[in-house]
Amino acid sequence: MEYFIIVFGAIFVNNIVLSQFLGICPFLGVSNKVETSMGMAAAVVFVLTLATMVTYMVQHFVLVPLGITYLQTISYILIIAALVQMVEIILKKVSPALYQALGVYLPLITTNCAILGVAILVIKNNFNMVESVVYSISTAVGFGLALVIFAGLREQMELMDLPKGMKGVPTSLLIAGLLSMAFMGFAGLV
Amino acid sequence: MTNLQNITKGFIRENPVFVLLLGMCPTLGVSTSALNGLGMGLATTFVLLMSNVVISLVKNFIPDKVRIPAYIVIIASFVTVVDLSMSAYLQDLHEKLGIFIPLIVVNCIVLGRAEAFASKNNVVSSAFDGFGMGLGFTIALTMLGTIRELLGNLSFFGIKLVETDGILLFILPPGAFIALGFLIAFVNRLKKTT
Repeated sequence: MEYFIIVFGAIFVNNIVLSQFLGICPFLGVSNKVETSMGMAAAVVFVLTLATMVTYMVQHFVLVPLGITYLQTISYILIIAALVQMVEIILKKVSPALYQALGVYLPLITTNCAILGVAILVIKNNFNMVESVVYSISTAVGFGLALVIFAGLREQMELMDLPKGMKGVPTSLLIAGLLSMAFMGFAGLV
Repeated sequence: MTNLQNITKGFIRENPVFVLLLGMCPTLGVSTSALNGLGMGLATTFVLLMSNVVISLVKNFIPDKVRIPAYIVIIASFVTVVDLSMSAYLQDLHEKLGIFIPLIVVNCIVLGRAEAFASKNNVVSSAFDGFGMGLGFTIALTMLGTIRELLGNLSFFGIKLVETDGILLFILPPGAFIALGFLIAFVNRLKKTT
């Protein structure tokens, strides 16, 4: 039950994009087509889970025992940058097919604030190892869900006749607002 | 380009939020009130200014291949400075801005200015550029914060104007997207007429 609350809360109630405002850049940037947004979502699930696990271990086995938690921000961002780079190199060697699919999205992920955000949130919420893994996977799924729905909506919007000033980003933001309103329907369920 | 131009270009013509569309996460996340927006904007301005200065000073000593990680470490150090000093002296604001303070590190504006401007220009113009861009960001955040606070709570910088409830939607997450959407549309329209 406890895990169910974490999963449901992270995907629907406190959706990372639509209610916590993390990862807006890729959300607006790579949501032109459903296909690309699915690639991005898969890459985020992969990196977010890995990054949260590594930063969690660094926090509890290095930073806390040594009493240098003030280095949190610096060490996390370096770990994430290095991790993304490493994943890219390994994927290229081990699974060229997967690299073909995810490759272009990987470098973009370093600047995705959802990754660093979740790493910090996990520490703030005092999750244990299993809880943080569950939380990070479900957050990433929530991100993917929002991204794919949003891309579907935007594909339809391309065909509409809009006032010039509203074209592009303003309309996208309005759609995101409506989507966010829809997700607010889940509030209070958990 | 003169120093004055370096400062003012961030206000409207190259405004990081309205025109360059960078740093959207903190913009949407903390603009629930004008004061939060102002605080976040000033914190980011400090980081932008200091990191631009330091990066333009050390740019000749950093090998080209590792410049991005080096920039990130410099930026992260200043973010830690802001984070710790805010939690010491401005505890209320620090709590409200919460996770968005450490997330200044991944704000695209900061790294963007480091890479696009500070790594190519001298200290003085980099300082002005960082300061100007920071002010542009602050203006955008405060504007969005003011609008959301006015509509959502009928108050201005925490001072209640009318003793009734506002449109609650604008304080809630969807309001952030909708208000920013209309603001950008408005700026687009302004840019076309001038």
